[in-house]
Amino acid sequence: MSEVIHADHHDDHDHGPEKGLLRWLYTTNHKDIGTLYLWFSFAMFLVGGVLALVIRAELFQPGLQFVEPEFFNQMTTNHGLIMVFGAIMPAFVGLANWLIPMQVGAPDMALPRMNNLSFWILPFAFGMMISTLFMEGGGPNFGWTFYAPLSTTYAPDSVTYFIFAVHLMGASSIMGSINIIATILNMRAPGMTLMKMPLFVWTWLITAYLLIAVMPVLAGAVTMMLFDIHFNTSFFNAAGGGDPVMFQHIFWFFGHPEVYIMILPAFGIVSHIIATFARKPLFGYSSMVYAVASIAFLSFIVWAHHMFTVGMPLAGQLFFMYSTMLIAVPTGVKVFNWIATMWRGSMTFETPMLFAIAFVVLFTMGGFSGLMLAITPVDYQYHDTYFVVAHFHYVLVPGALFSIIAAVYFWIPKWTGKMYNESLGKLHFWLSFIGVNITFFPQHFSGLAGMPRRIPDYALQFADFNMLSSIGAFIFGFSQLVFLYVLIHTIRSGKPAEGRAWEGAKGLEWTLPSPAPYHSFTHPPKVTDAEVQG
Amino acid sequence: MKKTILQFASGIALIGWALIVQADELNLRPGVTDISREVYDLHMLILGICVAIGVVVFGVLFWSVYAHRKSRGQEAAQFHHNTYLEILWTIVPTIILVLMAIPSTQVLIAMYDTGGEDMTVEVRGYQWKWQYKYLDEDYNRTFSFFSNLATPRSQINNRQVKTDTYLLEVDRPLKIPANRKVRFLITAEDVIHAWWVPDFGIKRDAVPGVVNDLWTIVPEPGVYRGQCTELCGKDHGFMPIVVEVLPEAEFDAWYASQASTEVVKAESFGETFTHEQLMAKGEEIYGTYCAACHLADGQGIPPAFPAIAGSAVAMGPRDDHLRLVIDGVAGSAMQAFGKQLDPVELASVVHFQRHSFGNDAGDISQPADVVNLSGGQ
Ligand code: HEC
Ligand code: HEM
Ligand SMILES: [Cu+2]
Ligand SMILES: [Cu+2]
Repeated sequence: MSEVIHADHHDDHDHGPEKGLLRWLYTTNHKDIGTLYLWFSFAMFLVGGVLALVIRAELFQPGLQFVEPEFFNQMTTNHGLIMVFGAIMPAFVGLANWLIPMQVGAPDMALPRMNNLSFWILPFAFGMMISTLFMEGGGPNFGWTFYAPLSTTYAPDSVTYFIFAVHLMGASSIMGSINIIATILNMRAPGMTLMKMPLFVWTWLITAYLLIAVMPVLAGAVTMMLFDIHFNTSFFNAAGGGDPVMFQHIFWFFGHPEVYIMILPAFGIVSHIIATFARKPLFGYSSMVYAVASIAFLSFIVWAHHMFTVGMPLAGQLFFMYSTMLIAVPTGVKVFNWIATMWRGSMTFETPMLFAIAFVVLFTMGGFSGLMLAITPVDYQYHDTYFVVAHFHYVLVPGALFSIIAAVYFWIPKWTGKMYNESLGKLHFWLSFIGVNITFFPQHFSGLAGMPRRIPDYALQFADFNMLSSIGAFIFGFSQLVFLYVLIHTIRSGKPAEGRAWEGAKGLEWTLPSPAPYHSFTHPPKVTDAEVQG
Repeated sequence: MKKTILQFASGIALIGWALIVQADELNLRPGVTDISREVYDLHMLILGICVAIGVVVFGVLFWSVYAHRKSRGQEAAQFHHNTYLEILWTIVPTIILVLMAIPSTQVLIAMYDTGGEDMTVEVRGYQWKWQYKYLDEDYNRTFSFFSNLATPRSQINNRQVKTDTYLLEVDRPLKIPANRKVRFLITAEDVIHAWWVPDFGIKRDAVPGVVNDLWTIVPEPGVYRGQCTELCGKDHGFMPIVVEVLPEAEFDAWYASQASTEVVKAESFGETFTHEQLMAKGEEIYGTYCAACHLADGQGIPPAFPAIAGSAVAMGPRDDHLRLVIDGVAGSAMQAFGKQLDPVELASVVHFQRHSFGNDAGDISQPADVVNLSGGQ
């Protein structure tokens, strides 16, 4: 059967990419678009990182040294927005583009033209958002959570551009998700049943549904802001009968699933890497899938744990406390499964594995602080202090970000056909690992000691930990230049990589040559048990 | 290569440890109220459970990393599930969570035990100060005052040595009596703020249009400090909270004297003041109430906050200027200061603005003018 198809469509499939810059503008190829997403997200990561270093420089010592409070607020806000929407999310979409067609045995994504559009929206969205920093009155300064009325009645004029940028990002994410769902549900190779899908594909399928469910809610929130600002409505304006607390409910109904959007694909990545380098099948494949599905479900009913201090009735507080605590169960199952996968394996510790193990340890620490934050009466003491900052950076930096870096090291031989330099990779890992912990571990202490977040200057008892944290931030920031160097070095002069670049690697993508052909699978591959994860 | 990394890492670890050992504050503070101690115990309990689970889980992980490596000649086993184990590690965490939920629920219920209060204080957040209003039994206003950051700019800008209470000091602290149940009604005038006193174990958002309540009973007289914990704009980091807890008799005496000065003050609204008196008083008020936005040199931060120097309003008709300051500008950060300042203060700050920063209106504003404009209130 496949021979027949092959003969019929031979000429359609044998062309390579176009030449020149226009290749990138017009491309509908999943690999090109994946590459665009990944480089874009890396650029945003560096921009967001520079803003973070401005923040940490100002906080190095008590007193105001470098920036004014007004500018400081713009830095924290744009750092958060750029990292969440510009670095982490596009990186995962880039990985999805590269990997999903190869992992399900498809030639490309289901909707290639929309794929092109969903990427090319992003540079405009972020160009617009970042340009507001240079406008009169400054850019967004109300925190990445943009609580009304600080972001409406009291916002700088540029907030309208911010709203438009958020709309664009949302449109891009929704299109990306539709594409991913369509690809996964329609283009799997024969024999790849749902419960044989690689975990990265499973986690992205669920993530894509989360995105489609909550991005419109975010769009609704910013639209109401737009109306309050320009059309005299009072959704969030107490003086006109509106309710600022309603904004927070809407925001966090989007916001909590959003934090899982940033971690579920990471769970998938880490599952691949740990099984590969332990040279063992993944432990508890089906319980991994069920755990992700239950986390996704629970993520819709915990949102008000971000709002314990707004003054909800007791019953509401209890409901959100219990539901949040429940999330720890499936999260624990995942961690136990990873460790059981490592148990009695035959492990080696190449760079992707190092990042993956650091992920398991440090993400779990973020989970512990999450559990502490879920306990309402003590959350009153932690809320809006550096303890929360430490929590979400532990789950996002050594969590989401480390998984992305691990994925790049793991799959770059497949993408480029070349192997990265292992010593440089390890150097990058150790610098990042040390930097991240020096930056964020002390923040638990400053938070417990009572330092509020989002302040440009602080009381003297917080000085030591802030100084340490700033030193760590600069170590971490500059070690990412090592990463940039490793990437360029690999692409230009890495040693050739084999098709199955890692001894223990399983999955259809490893049956392809390295670098993978421009149209991944021009005829559907056979799904053998040897390439199935569970 | 490996060795230098190791040396570097252990160096940093040592410095970190030294800092941890000598730092005076590492953990949540137990605080001074029953509630804050219960919260502290709960925190230690949950932290202990997390650390215990962490030791077990990470112990297994590191053992595996140490023992099950290829370089030690370990062959990979091929098992990939174990139903009993999987059921076990779903059920055991669930049981631990239930055990954690029980004391948490108890403490939370205790915190919600409002009512039966001895007195009530309304706490109102403004950009960037707190207003405390002592309410009498019918919740009518008795007297109120503002509490502003007292740390001088020169310390913030590193031109002067910072004192121990840097950024945690105010011009007028909230005073409450020891051993009595004080109820706080928390709200805000402009954006959302949050009122937090860590030693009492209480924090609540101050939301415009919403009145939240909180309560505390503080057994120990003393001075307790906290900060605003919800981003509320430019000077969010500069609106501390200071609560002075007085012995009961001392508090009662203070309360009586405050209530009577309100009456004395009202009598001075009829007086007339000289240019010099108004300028002196006005400069003081301007520094505390206006300089946050319009800056000490009157230049403002345009376009968000207009300059007073050369302002058309400050050079224009006096009554328009007075009205603007009394009523504020709706939908902007310019507040209605008629609700915050008394007529003497309003007259002097407007007079000051009209005769400083190069402005020279050449007129005079008296408290009586303010009283007339605000309808004799
Ligand atoms: C929280 C910030 C803030 C504070 C504090 C503040 N103002 Fe303003 N002020 C503003 C803003 C914003 C405007 C512009 C309002 C508008 O027209 O939209 C303004 C406008 C004014 C103007 C009119 C200036 C012009 O040329 O249009 C005067 C006069 C003024 N304020 C006086 C005062 C006085 C007196 C105080 C202190 C008692 C004060 N302001 C405190 C924010 C502030
Ligand atoms: C065991 C799992 C987790 C639990 C129980 C948990 C719980 C919480 C709670 C209760 C808060 C609110 C704290 C406060 O503001 O007082 C919080 C904040 C936060 N969490 Fe988690 N969390 C978990 C995992 C994660 C993950 C996986 C991510 C992202 C990858 C994440 C990202 C965040 C972020 C970004 C915030 C701060 C939002 C803000 O105020 O700006 N959390 N978490
Ligand atoms: Cu959440
Ligand atoms: Cu604040």
